Amino acid sequence: MEHHTHISAEHRLLDLHLDELWRYRDLVWLLTKRSFVVTYKQTVLGPLWLLLSPLLTSIVYMVLFGNIAHLSTGGVPQLLFYLLGTALWSYFSTCVTANATTFVDNANLFGKVYFPRLAVPVSRMLGALIHLGIQMILVLGLIGYYTAAGAIRPTWELWPTIPLALLVMGGLGMGCGVVISSLTTRYRDLSVLVGFGVSLWMYLTPVVYPLESVTGPLRSLILANPVSAQMEYLRLALLGVGDVSAGWLAGSALVSCVILAIGVVVFTKVERTFMDTI
Amino acid sequence: MTGEVDHVDRVVELPLAIRMRGVAKHYHLGQIGGRTLQHDLQSWWARRRGLEDPNQRIGTVAHIDGETLHALRDVSLDIYKGERVGIVGANGAGKSTLLKLLSRITAPTEGEIDIWGRVSSMLEVGTGFHREMTGRENVYLNGAILGMTRREITERMDQIVAFSEIGDFMDTPVKRYSSGMFVKLAFSVAAHLNSEIMIMDEVLAVGDAAFQRKCLDRMRQAAQDEGRTVLYVSHNMDTIRRLCDRCVVLDEGRVLFDGEVEEGIAAYLGRSLGDDSVDRDLTEVEHTRWSQGTGVRMTRVALADKATPSYTPGEGLRLRLWVVADSPRKDACVRVTLRSAADVGLGTAWSEPLDLGAGEHELLVTLPLELVACGAFYLSVGVFSDDGTGRRQTLDHVTRALRVEVTGPPAWSATALGYFALPGLDVRDVAEGRL
Repeated sequence: MEHHTHISAEHRLLDLHLDELWRYRDLVWLLTKRSFVVTYKQTVLGPLWLLLSPLLTSIVYMVLFGNIAHLSTGGVPQLLFYLLGTALWSYFSTCVTANATTFVDNANLFGKVYFPRLAVPVSRMLGALIHLGIQMILVLGLIGYYTAAGAIRPTWELWPTIPLALLVMGGLGMGCGVVISSLTTRYRDLSVLVGFGVSLWMYLTPVVYPLESVTGPLRSLILANPVSAQMEYLRLALLGVGDVSAGWLAGSALVSCVILAIGVVVFTKVERTFMDTI
Repeated sequence: MTGEVDHVDRVVELPLAIRMRGVAKHYHLGQIGGRTLQHDLQSWWARRRGLEDPNQRIGTVAHIDGETLHALRDVSLDIYKGERVGIVGANGAGKSTLLKLLSRITAPTEGEIDIWGRVSSMLEVGTGFHREMTGRENVYLNGAILGMTRREITERMDQIVAFSEIGDFMDTPVKRYSSGMFVKLAFSVAAHLNSEIMIMDEVLAVGDAAFQRKCLDRMRQAAQDEGRTVLYVSHNMDTIRRLCDRCVVLDEGRVLFDGEVEEGIAAYLGRSLGDDSVDRDLTEVEHTRWSQGTGVRMTRVALADKATPSYTPGEGLRLRLWVVADSPRKDACVRVTLRSAADVGLGTAWSEPLDLGAGEHELLVTLPLELVACGAFYLSVGVFSDDGTGRRQTLDHVTRALRVEVTGPPAWSATALGYFALPGLDVRDVAEGRL
């Protein structure tokens, strides 16, 4: 069948070319592979860094939050609690920050050749997911060890839904990321704000503390944060501790979908002419 | 213009590959480029106080009206399957914008474009190549960026490797490649795409001459044998001539000419020269870029005793050339080069070294035209330094400074018989009576 493309000065908001993205699925995969290969070429430890960096972060958290600030971990061994929190948060924050600079970083590539621009954010999300997968090997090892030792009781029946929760989380991160990247084509300042904003965001998410330990007005702020529900849910499934209701979870998933949809629509609109402004 | 009649016939034979209707692209000046909130606030504050916007782009291009640059205006084109279309025009004529619209890098401000078939655009070779990755990995990535699937690339890998002449280095990171190897590999990927429409922006300007020729042949073969459509932008008229069978000339965002290649090239070059003047002020035209700061410059050139630039073959060409020398020199030679209307160099004449004192000089340059039979020519004039050993360096040079026409005998045609009447043939009967 012959391929026909229609380009018009008029842009329909819902013209998202998602079918085209599917045709370029090999590109998505190759871009993911490229960033992985390129990151670890000519490094001594290579992908081992993926395991080392959350481990070191977790140890710092153990000292800082566990032993100095005496924050609760809901009865879960500190190392496992912080390791899971760090791995999940770095997955989410990578989805945001890696995508926040899509247009600016790829201006050179985008200016020379057409392909569905969404391939880049999707590949970044996929890359973050692969990183998470590697880190989860360590986490699952610890879960196995502590379960056998009787220190934790994972909620096994929730495990089949884990991928869905991860997808919602990644989608939310990518949604935020592409909205920011669309805005940074005009306002470069935003890229400065992102790094700062994301680290603040972490403290409004139950990463280094369980939700149940928070009361008062701060709690409602954390509840309003759509990442919190997924975080608590994943902890409930994997570690057996979590404070989450079905309604809250569904609300968070809905908000995530809306943000992702807005992100994709805005991104598709901006990609048409961003080369003129960048 | 002249292509109209021609194209009516083609509609019947060939299916369309690209149809553009009333396409325009405008850029808002002063809003180009990355901005920060601070800039926006600055502009706003300046406007409030009735001052000039400090972030306004500065430029003096003819087709800017108010704050809008009309990069393309009301362009309508039909391109048929299997055509090899060359797009020429001066810098800023809209060539690159046109290619960007067709390759969907940016969207038009007005109008509609329909494209039948997959488009692969090569506005640059090696887009997406990463230094750290091997040749093979880069071929996959680059191919995928250009719209191929992994399976399609695997199927063509052997062809790509053979064409690129890289061979054993396919599994070496491209950062170890020479720039020539890099270009060859990158072009090979692009040349073996299975898209129906190929868009190229001077990518052939890189690479050595032999490889360039190979690429052009490959492109032409792709169009002729595989029915692919090629759109090619270049400033090099020779490559246009070798590759294309149709020429579109753009000027200030409009289609100036659309039709035969030779006519198109002539139209473009004629346009870039301007008019049929016999007297040209050289202070306002483009000089060769090596001519800056040499202390010698040409300010004006004129055809002596002529009202129109028209000659008969027996007539001598007499030029008046005004030259300013900052300091006295004894090594300055005048050079005049004759170029055909289609911009092929035909011949060059040198003067003996002159004794030029500091200040302005008016030189009378005479070139006999006995050999020249007929045709329209461009004259390039220049002043060179001669160190006595035959090595000459540019002091100042203007390509296509003037256009002259030699009206030959009525039976003479420049296309069939050429530009020059060669010396008379010597013919002897050396075997009389033996048959």
